[in-house]
Amino acid sequence: MSAYILEAKGIVKTFPGVRALNGVDLKVKKGEVHALVGENGAGKSTLMLTLGGVHKPDEGEIFIEGEKVSFESAHDANKKGISIVYQELSLVPNLSVAENIFANRQPVKFLNLIDWKRLYEQTKEMLSLFDIDYIDPSALVKDLSIANQQVVEILKAMSFNPKVLILDEPTSSLTEVEKKQLFKNIRILKSKGISFIYISHHLHEIFEIADTVTVLRDGEYICEAEVKDIDEDFLVSKMVGRKISNIYGERDKDTKPGDVLLEVKNISRAGAFENVSFSVKRGEIVGLAGLVGAGRTEVGRAIFGAEPVESGEIYLEGEKLNIRNTKQAIENGIGYMSEDRKTQGLYLKFSIKNNLISNRLKDFCINGLISEKQVSRNGEEKIREFNIITPGCEQIVGNLSGGNQQKVLLATWFGIKPKLLIVDEPTRGVDVGAKSEIYVLLRELAKKGVGIIMISSDLPEILGVSDRIIVMKEGKVAGELSKEEANEEKVIAIAAGVQTNQKECV
Amino acid sequence: MGFIRKITRLREFMIFAIVLGVIVIMSFASPYFLNSANILALLLGLSIETIIAVGMTNLMVSGGFDMSVGSVVAFTGAAAAMCMDIGIPVIVAVLIGLAIGALIGLFNGFIIAKVGINPFVTTLASMSLFRGLTLIITKGQNIAGLPSSFKAIGQKVFLGVQTPIWYAIILVIVGDILLRKARFFRQNYYIGGNEKAAFLSGIAVDKIKILNYVITALLAAFAGIVMTSRLGAASVTAGTGLELKVITAVIIGGASLQGGEGTVIGAFMGSVLMALITNALTLLGVDVYWQTFVIGATLLIAVLVDRMGKIRKERIKKGKKGGVNKCNTQAMKG
Repeated sequence: MSAYILEAKGIVKTFPGVRALNGVDLKVKKGEVHALVGENGAGKSTLMLTLGGVHKPDEGEIFIEGEKVSFESAHDANKKGISIVYQELSLVPNLSVAENIFANRQPVKFLNLIDWKRLYEQTKEMLSLFDIDYIDPSALVKDLSIANQQVVEILKAMSFNPKVLILDEPTSSLTEVEKKQLFKNIRILKSKGISFIYISHHLHEIFEIADTVTVLRDGEYICEAEVKDIDEDFLVSKMVGRKISNIYGERDKDTKPGDVLLEVKNISRAGAFENVSFSVKRGEIVGLAGLVGAGRTEVGRAIFGAEPVESGEIYLEGEKLNIRNTKQAIENGIGYMSEDRKTQGLYLKFSIKNNLISNRLKDFCINGLISEKQVSRNGEEKIREFNIITPGCEQIVGNLSGGNQQKVLLATWFGIKPKLLIVDEPTRGVDVGAKSEIYVLLRELAKKGVGIIMISSDLPEILGVSDRIIVMKEGKVAGELSKEEANEEKVIAIAAGVQTNQKECV
Repeated sequence: MGFIRKITRLREFMIFAIVLGVIVIMSFASPYFLNSANILALLLGLSIETIIAVGMTNLMVSGGFDMSVGSVVAFTGAAAAMCMDIGIPVIVAVLIGLAIGALIGLFNGFIIAKVGINPFVTTLASMSLFRGLTLIITKGQNIAGLPSSFKAIGQKVFLGVQTPIWYAIILVIVGDILLRKARFFRQNYYIGGNEKAAFLSGIAVDKIKILNYVITALLAAFAGIVMTSRLGAASVTAGTGLELKVITAVIIGGASLQGGEGTVIGAFMGSVLMALITNALTLLGVDVYWQTFVIGATLLIAVLVDRMGKIRKERIKKGKKGGVNKCNTQAMKG
């Protein structure tokens, strides 16, 4: 019997022209949470898919409980004890919880009819694993919250009785509270002897939940460490291969936010936000924190004219705005960078240079006709200025990495020379290196006197970058914190509505 | 190199090569082929669908779709003819026909952009609606005996070439330049590429979408007037099946149903290619019944070759970045 439940040795996986994995080792003990970290392109996903039977390794060996195995397919890996919970949920929204968990393995009675009673009972049993009684086995998956959908997804994987469960970015769409619940569930399963491979971009999560961590970089195995022996700076330096002292950067000491740029007074829209008031100064980065669904994105989009405001007033540079659509917002110097770059931000099929001009075609026209020369020149300029890693401005945006896509989007919005820029989850799914570059860019923009509203669910980011933090809860402004007084506990307390130090915070 | 050119370069080049190939082969195979009468007849035959294809390309680039153009051709032609029949001056009758076309476009566009019904379903309905209305107002009768000044619109010969060919060529040139270069029409690529992103980019998505349907229906109405004028009569069955011919040409020319790609020149060459094939089969004495089959095969081959080109490009791309890239797209979704 081996000391490890899962051991991968010297895994090599090559795709035409590139080595995605080059002799990677991974050793997972029974009942531990083993974090797998690395920047985008480090090979985490390839390793995950190789362990999950989706890819076949070119070289290397995989052992389960000391026994050498090879997987024919994902299904084969499932049978041998390895299941993956993908980041993109793979549930059928129009079917019930029970049918999703037991997809294709529903208990049947005579004539192969589904035995609904037994199906629901078995589902209840599965749910009781997590002490959950608020999910109805017959409820449709589409009616559940994302967090509960994820519970179903994990239970679906659990129904194969896995020895090792691979979680790919499991918290990417969860709120703080839901995250705590997930971690509780992971600990429950851990105590039952199930091992986890935990893939995440959020390093603080690793310190919260993982026991061991393996770092990959550029397809190479870098190191393995006990989480209790290391700190975040150590991990970052191993991942990036160089030292980044503070990824959030520091505000330039000589510059202070200027006079008031934006004033939002009592804006409301039924069902979205209510009596929201706040202001943004020139050169100030205001963090808009809160749980998912607190109405932050709605407020951002409303200021940008992408969604209506039913009552209240918005002033920019002291003048009352009456913006009815996004075009007018851009004309007034307001930009909004969407939280979802793939579906709402970028034109994935188009080249970099054509993405960069999408919100200001007018600037590239001579007598109403587009000047290709100017479009290309702008593309080359922005690639240099924003350090976008690409062969050239003709490159299709869909082929870029997440960080580079985000930089293209940022460059597109910096392009309108905004007075106020609203950035919604500016570093979602972006790796550490690109993250710190984005923060530097945002700080530089603020230094030029632009007011920035940064909507983010990433608390360390909110705390590290904002000059001032506004916390929203259930559509209302629940509190405001200065940079100095803010800390993680205070923000969560206000966002979740816990009655601690209320006076101090508000 | 422009992005539109880049996206469609492969397809345009391919069709152009095939068109040239067919011309060369045919000029050897048949002495009647490279004969100005045959070429003019060929061009005249495709002029009506080309006029509509200009609008359809613009519409499909924005991710739209219009099944009703054939019915619009019949309805506006009949409406204009009935106006002249009761003594309304030619110019006014023509304007009424065009106005009706524009209104039908407005109707389609409004339902699609503002109410949010799928373009296929909406225009499938209006295709029946206006074919039906044509039959209702004409009581199923063709309208002949139109004034000669009206007939001149589609029958006149200028520099040895019939007017419908001139209209088509002018519209293709102007349309191609506008869609390629003009800021306003270029917005359609963004709408077709990612409608939600286009909205956030400050593009007036709904307004432009509605306008696209108006332009398409207006060009269909113009085609209806030209056709009625050329035939000297309004036919209730005019334009039957025309929508599919136009859409086929636009797709062969490089557009897709998803939107975001396509050019007017490409669509024009698509229609030239279809007409050439039909013409060649006739001249070579192949059974007429083969023509429809060959058109279907051409469409399928065009999209298959395009698809294979894209797959090959993706492989080359993967060759450069391989699994690393795959890893990126996975992680990027977070």
